[in-house]
Amino acid sequence: MDLSAFILQQMVNAFFLGSIYALIALGYTMVYGIIELINFAHGELFTAGAFIGVIVLTGLQQIGWVETHFVLTLFIVFGLAMAYVAVLGVAVEHVAYRPLRNASRLSALLSALGMSIFLSNGMMLSQGVSDRAYPQVFGLESIDFLGAKISHSQVFIIVLAFLLMVALQFFVHRTRLGKAMRATAQNRTIARMLGINIDQTIRITFMIGPALGAAAGVMVGLYYGAVRFDMGFIFMIKAFAAAILGGIGSIPGAVLGGLIIGGIEVAWAAFLPSAWKDVTTFTVLILVLYFKPSGLLGESEADLRV
Amino acid sequence: MLGQEIKKLVVYTIFLTIIILPMLGFTGGAEFQAKRAFVVLGVGVALLVLNLIVKVIRSHRPLPEHDQPSITERIADRLHQIPKIFTIGPLLLAAVIFPLVANNYMIDVGITCLIYVCLGLGLNIVVGLCGLLDLGYIAFYAVGAYSYSLLNLTYGFSFWAALPIGVVLGMICGCIIGYPTLKMRGDYLAIVTLGFGEIIRLVLNNWDDLTAGPNGLFGMKRPPLYYPAFEEGGLEMVTYYLTSLPGLFYFILVIVILTTIGVNRLDKSRIGRAWIAIREDEVAAELSGVPTTWIKLLAYAMGAGFASIAGAFFAAKLSYVNPNFFLFMESCIVLCIVVLGGIGSIPGIIIAGFILIAVPEVFRELEGFRMLAFGAIMTTMMIIRPEGLIPASRRKRELHHRRDEAERGSK
Repeated sequence: MDLSAFILQQMVNAFFLGSIYALIALGYTMVYGIIELINFAHGELFTAGAFIGVIVLTGLQQIGWVETHFVLTLFIVFGLAMAYVAVLGVAVEHVAYRPLRNASRLSALLSALGMSIFLSNGMMLSQGVSDRAYPQVFGLESIDFLGAKISHSQVFIIVLAFLLMVALQFFVHRTRLGKAMRATAQNRTIARMLGINIDQTIRITFMIGPALGAAAGVMVGLYYGAVRFDMGFIFMIKAFAAAILGGIGSIPGAVLGGLIIGGIEVAWAAFLPSAWKDVTTFTVLILVLYFKPSGLLGESEADLRV
Repeated sequence: MLGQEIKKLVVYTIFLTIIILPMLGFTGGAEFQAKRAFVVLGVGVALLVLNLIVKVIRSHRPLPEHDQPSITERIADRLHQIPKIFTIGPLLLAAVIFPLVANNYMIDVGITCLIYVCLGLGLNIVVGLCGLLDLGYIAFYAVGAYSYSLLNLTYGFSFWAALPIGVVLGMICGCIIGYPTLKMRGDYLAIVTLGFGEIIRLVLNNWDDLTAGPNGLFGMKRPPLYYPAFEEGGLEMVTYYLTSLPGLFYFILVIVILTTIGVNRLDKSRIGRAWIAIREDEVAAELSGVPTTWIKLLAYAMGAGFASIAGAFFAAKLSYVNPNFFLFMESCIVLCIVVLGGIGSIPGIIIAGFILIAVPEVFRELEGFRMLAFGAIMTTMMIIRPEGLIPASRRKRELHHRRDEAERGSK
């Protein structure tokens, strides 16, 4: 493989990884935008989505739907995983975040962290400590694109991720609920005065954000072929770095940040020792927070640091 | 009222069913394991029903006086009134007698408890007094452990020579982590400290030439004691290595006592008041002349210093370290100790350290549920009793004041 094909291949990989990070980062950014709290449990919700995906997919494989109704199977897998995690997200919000909405920031953060530990260990106890294998439904064929090989699963995942992002953008900017969400994010008190149901808006945010994370979880499972109860942790940090890099609270920012983080990681793994690639992500996160905490597309710093 | 509660119960039950059945029902293959899933679901629903019954009974009783403190608070208040010698004296005596009556396993658990108490007290400076949420605290413990191990293995430094170096290294690491985060708000700070903690662990894991990577380092000497002996030709210092468990127990006990005294003095000093001022309102503190930058860095450095001491002891006790001792979960355990004991409360942290480390050892078969319970404790404590088991008096007033304000505001 010559160099240009190699670079193209890496770019495809970066785009693929970046779109997964972007999907997870969207969940952070939406929740942060609306209640100004890092949803520490987001990584666990992502893992839960991956687990539901493997459960449903295994079931459908056994009754033979993967061969006969391939598209329908994928639709059901993604649909159920996202629906389940939406329910879980609402439950987490109700249990851990709602009672502390007026409490100090430290209390809310600790509560969120407790929820994250609880969910992660709950999944460990229910689904086991070892890797859980995903059925390989896409096969190994790949498309030849100017010398780079793009597997079918990569194509599918990139397309689906971008469809979801476009749908989200449409929802937030073109529907009534989306408008209510933006209003609540801007100023909760005024939004309530204008007759917006704050509780309901926050609940919907906690359905959509985690549901996107669940979709990312199923994608990760489909591509890498396995899920583990603690895989949410590393994805959480990377997606968080992406959300910060793009400017937390900004939806296009999260997508941009995800792609950049994916690019950095793939570039590092391609040319430098890959054992250190996680260190780069953390370093990027810290550097961004230090030099430009508002991110690339975020609000001004003065607003953020109040 | 009752109708509403029953409606809530039904909704919660539906939610629980949706959440629990798929996750617990399908574990290996595609067949549904009904028994396990329904047992857990049954427990969940039973808890909800119990909660409903308690609520109904409570609603029939007259409301208690608003100022009536709860039982634990009254016990805590009473404890504060008794002269210290009567509360601390018996505790110390019990700690001194403990290794004489306990078997090796119990002493080992006791040592682990004391190490965590030491860590909890150190983290209390950062989280409890200064109000900065540090999720990478265990990294300083790792710094202490690895600096002792490396100094001892490569240069043959004794424990006492390596300890100050380790503490200084830990404090420098604390400042390195603290410096970029000084201007950040709580949640960014949490993520950045988490990132730093992972960086340190990854460096330990990947830097094979120095740290032997995931294999870890072994063969460190135990902490030595020196005593003079009169031999032929004059006085000679004899080195005695603390190899027995009771000896190590007394050693860490002394460290914990010194740490407690140190943290207590810090709490009541000018610096401690400055930390609390920063926790309450940073802008106001700055305007009152508190040099917030230095005081916050000092909090990080002091917290890191105590963790390094604990780390050096840990490495010396075990004669073995590897990067997997310093996972993120360990930071969570220490944080849970601080939260359960009461943020900022020294006796609370000591008690919580023993509860959270020793109780899971006793119920060994429930080992897997340990972290599950820790997560649940953290969330529940924050919702029900944010001031912890034994509230620090200042902190308690502040929390309740704030909550009252919030209630008044919402009315």
